[in-house]
Amino acid sequence: MEELTFGTLIAVLEEMFGQALFWGLVVIAVLVTIAFVYVIVRDRSLRSRWFLRAELLAPIGAIAAIWFVFVITRSGLGDVGGPIDVIALILIGLAGAVGLTFLAYTVQAVIGGKRGAA
Amino acid sequence: MSLDLDRRAFLAAALGATALGAARPARAQSVATSAKIVIIGAGAAGSSLANRLAARLDGAEITIIDARRRHLYQPGFTLIAAGLKPANYSVSDTSGWLPRAVNWIEEGAAEIDPEAKTVTTDSGTTVGYDYLVVAAGLKLNYDQIEGMDVSLIGKDGIGSVYASPEAAEATWREMDRFTDEGGVGLFTRPATEMKCAGAPLKYTFLTDDYARRKGNRGKTEIIYAAHSKSLFGVPIVNEKVRMLYGERGFDTRYEHVMKAIDPGRKVATFATPEGDQEIPFDFINVIPPMSAPDVVRNSPLPWADKWVGQGYVEVDQYTLRHNRYPDVFAAGDVAGVPKGKTAASAKWQVPVVEDQIVAQIAGREGTETYNGYTSCPLITRVGRAMLIEFDYGNNLVPSFPGVIAPLEELWVSWLMKEIALKATYNAMLRGRA
Repeated sequence: MEELTFGTLIAVLEEMFGQALFWGLVVIAVLVTIAFVYVIVRDRSLRSRWFLRAELLAPIGAIAAIWFVFVITRSGLGDVGGPIDVIALILIGLAGAVGLTFLAYTVQAVIGGKRGAA
Repeated sequence: MSLDLDRRAFLAAALGATALGAARPARAQSVATSAKIVIIGAGAAGSSLANRLAARLDGAEITIIDARRRHLYQPGFTLIAAGLKPANYSVSDTSGWLPRAVNWIEEGAAEIDPEAKTVTTDSGTTVGYDYLVVAAGLKLNYDQIEGMDVSLIGKDGIGSVYASPEAAEATWREMDRFTDEGGVGLFTRPATEMKCAGAPLKYTFLTDDYARRKGNRGKTEIIYAAHSKSLFGVPIVNEKVRMLYGERGFDTRYEHVMKAIDPGRKVATFATPEGDQEIPFDFINVIPPMSAPDVVRNSPLPWADKWVGQGYVEVDQYTLRHNRYPDVFAAGDVAGVPKGKTAASAKWQVPVVEDQIVAQIAGREGTETYNGYTSCPLITRVGRAMLIEFDYGNNLVPSFPGVIAPLEELWVSWLMKEIALKATYNAMLRGRA
């Protein structure tokens, strides 16, 4: 197989989402990451109350991500045909779960401010 | 391949890129030249090559000749004919894919003279070239089926996925009605070379799937008329498809080549070793005989002893360079090579032609070769496909061996066809994949 370069992957993703949406999503992801790092540094720790609440949303993130992919591809659980399909679904679910957990924690921490962490 | 990328992006995009054939890294080094390059055809191969050559050659005069203002994403036709996408899913403007530096003549090519090194357009303009790339696609010869005409598509149970996005949509309406009502569904393929030999199989599977989903499979008979003694040219794939056809309860008739249709009686006639046989239908997917376009067929470029009458360009199957005219190349459907009339083949052929031309300009031998790679995400139902990739030697060449099994019906393979393939195709047109 020929090499799949990073440049090609970016080109394909740009075509998939449209240039504006793709880079918009990248910017949002970077901003959320920066905000997350910022609140961790600010509070010098992970606040368990926020983290617990955020974690409770993880299954919702997982289900939402899988549901989203099924809807846009007009398919469903019944179409799973082999191990790689299960692995792909787990990865999609994981991405949704982790993504929403990070987002929820960051939103709480930013809104709650430093005092909320006390 | 870098695996530290986001996994979801990896699955969605990397697999899509793979289905069209994984990309070659873009080359940065440009070559200064004043060569005149003419490309006939602004389809998948022509547009992609125009972009690559424009980026690669400094000062070349690149001309592309094509009368069609609409660029058609042909891999989308099956999805349109399955009611999953609207007709405009496959339609874009040709002008949007061509680099500014390229001169687009919005006319058809009428004559090719490889001795004088000229191409004459429909209006009589003569364009000289130093290098010619024939990427003219192929021609659907509906008139070679007696009684058949494109205007019949979408009426009286007659469908034909290939003719156009609109014909694919009209075919969906007929298939939708047929799977509501039941009856005999008849699926054909021509005895000639054809673009995407997997498409006739896919559409048979999809029709079966709709009939089952609607609870009407019991009153539906599905007949597949194969032109030869097999269902697919690659033996190992043929065996798999044969097994699936058996499981799905399809009635396969081998060595049946459609020669006539009677829309009034709803009967198709097939040439078989036992003589002509009629098969009545309630729904039919007509796939016409195909050949190179007339401008190529009537030129000195085709093979004299292979694909006789079909007119495909006589090129070396590895370098895609003409055997008799070293400054002529062919890419895409019109190339006279044993495999590969798909967008995935075009994707792998174009960088080879690019390399060969640039090398020739630079006064050296080209190093890239085409191994016959073709990819076919063979849809077996809405939600599942088999990612089949093979080469000249009928070898399976899976891009993810041990991960994505080529002969397994997988959701991941469907995922690619649905969301990542068109994006990869578009990136290819821009010369970026």
